[in-house]
Amino acid sequence: MSFLNSLISGISLGSIYAIIALGYTMVYGIAKMLNFAHGDVIMVGAYICFFAVSRFSLPPLLGVLVAVVVCTILGMTIEKLAYAPLRSAPSLAVLITAIGVSYFLQNAALLLWSPNPKVFPDFFKSVGRDGEAHTGLALGPLRISYVTLVTILVCLAIMAALTFFINNGKLGKAMRACSEDKDAARLMGINVNTTISATFAIGSGLAAIAGVLYMSAYPTLVPTTGSMPGIKAFTAAVFGGIGSIPGAFLGGLLLGVIEIFAKAYISTQLSDAVVFAVLIVVLLVKPSGLLGKVIREKV
Amino acid sequence: MSEQKTPRVATKMVPVQSHAIVPDRDADKSPVLECHHLGIDFGGLTAVNEFNLMIGRTEIAGLIGPNGAGKTTVFNLLTKVYQPTRGTILLDGNDTSKRTTAHINRAGIARTFQNIRLFANLSVEDNVKLGLHNHINYGMWGGVFRLPRYWHEEKTAHERAMELLSIFDMADLADAQAGSLPYGAQRRLEIVRALATNPSLLLLDEPAAGMNPSETAELMDNIVKIRDLFQIAVMLIEHDMNLVMGICEGICVLNFGEVIAKGSPAEIKSNPVVIEAYLGKKDKKEGA
Repeated sequence: MSFLNSLISGISLGSIYAIIALGYTMVYGIAKMLNFAHGDVIMVGAYICFFAVSRFSLPPLLGVLVAVVVCTILGMTIEKLAYAPLRSAPSLAVLITAIGVSYFLQNAALLLWSPNPKVFPDFFKSVGRDGEAHTGLALGPLRISYVTLVTILVCLAIMAALTFFINNGKLGKAMRACSEDKDAARLMGINVNTTISATFAIGSGLAAIAGVLYMSAYPTLVPTTGSMPGIKAFTAAVFGGIGSIPGAFLGGLLLGVIEIFAKAYISTQLSDAVVFAVLIVVLLVKPSGLLGKVIREKV
Repeated sequence: MSEQKTPRVATKMVPVQSHAIVPDRDADKSPVLECHHLGIDFGGLTAVNEFNLMIGRTEIAGLIGPNGAGKTTVFNLLTKVYQPTRGTILLDGNDTSKRTTAHINRAGIARTFQNIRLFANLSVEDNVKLGLHNHINYGMWGGVFRLPRYWHEEKTAHERAMELLSIFDMADLADAQAGSLPYGAQRRLEIVRALATNPSLLLLDEPAAGMNPSETAELMDNIVKIRDLFQIAVMLIEHDMNLVMGICEGICVLNFGEVIAKGSPAEIKSNPVVIEAYLGKKDKKEGA
């Protein structure tokens, strides 16, 4: 049964990675850049939700909504100020800028919110009739906490909605067009800047949700909270094939499960090493990632 | 150029400005496109210089010249893929100097590419719908919440896309992946996609490249059909002289970025400067 319990917490952690990885993969697919500040947007989302709920005593759902709105605006602002002026610059310049934005966000959080860890409130605790706190369901020996359940359901809902959105409707089509050929899209009268901006908006909004879910599972909030899940999710996106939405989902889930199994059966300290070792092996065998498209260079 | 079939067109070209000509049926209408002293430099290299051109409302115009003469550069200038260094482009009489590529498309220029640039992973219908992008009117919220407007607009777009595809006998391919189509069909789809943006001027960059004679003949019919059906102007870059001499009414010849000749097919064919540009100087050849 500990196997099943590990599997479920692995899927739950993987779901969070998957939601974050969606942001990386969508931005990469459309703007062809790696937004390394994405992890720090998660952190900002978590702080906003924390303050909305603990300081302004908003109901948790409203707190999440505020965090989503703030992160969406933050994502679009970062894109406009930092990345849009570099649209035709070499990709290395954009990459360095993204790292710069990442440090900027971390240090801004340090200044604004101090390095003292904050304890994220538990949204999923319900007090039963017997006066005891319930944090989950028990199915025989199997324990599923509410956080786990909600995380998995939210991830599935986001995946379904996003897949539908990308495949139907004009903004989704415009995004796919921009991801294939920006110049041709421009010549179809598509505003590429607006499309990229919308991509950042969606990715950052999702990052806020992921931030809240991550904090609900690991409730210590500091200004560098976002970097580790950010890097893991980036790994997940590469693992699944960067640029591919189902790839981000699959990569995220697998990474989460591998990490939890490594913790349970190999060593807690070595879990990250195992995760990255698996990544290296996958990339050696299939350099484009699990579901990535093979891009043939024209000669 | 000598073994030429009888030209299919016998349009009379009349002068409308000092050195601009348009078909006589368009002479009383304002031209769709005017270029005045257009030029672009790349670093120290002048790619196009002193390009003056006027295209009539329903003219089929040709842009020809040896390789590297700057033909595609002219198309890139017209669509603002490149910003001109000098000169003005007037589209429907409006200055386009402050417009971006997407604006230019909305203002009425659509184009195809020398090497096909379809959205290869999307379906044929979605490619056409991307051409219709700016004619589908619903906002983000309409799309997110699937308001009645969304369904109405998506239905209209579907019908319009199918209508355009059926003009070119491609309606049965609507669900196929664009990248999986045979070469000729991909070329046709690129034209359909460009037409979907509802242009007043259609630019075709080597539409007959890689086609066999019967496909080229079909393409010629299609280009004339497009002009007649949509009442728009077409400008094409082409190396196939049968096509150019067969359907183009006004032809402009570029060499080393400069216009060396302009006129009707008959005038171009007998122009010694053009023959020299294509075949080299006569005495040199004899001397060799």
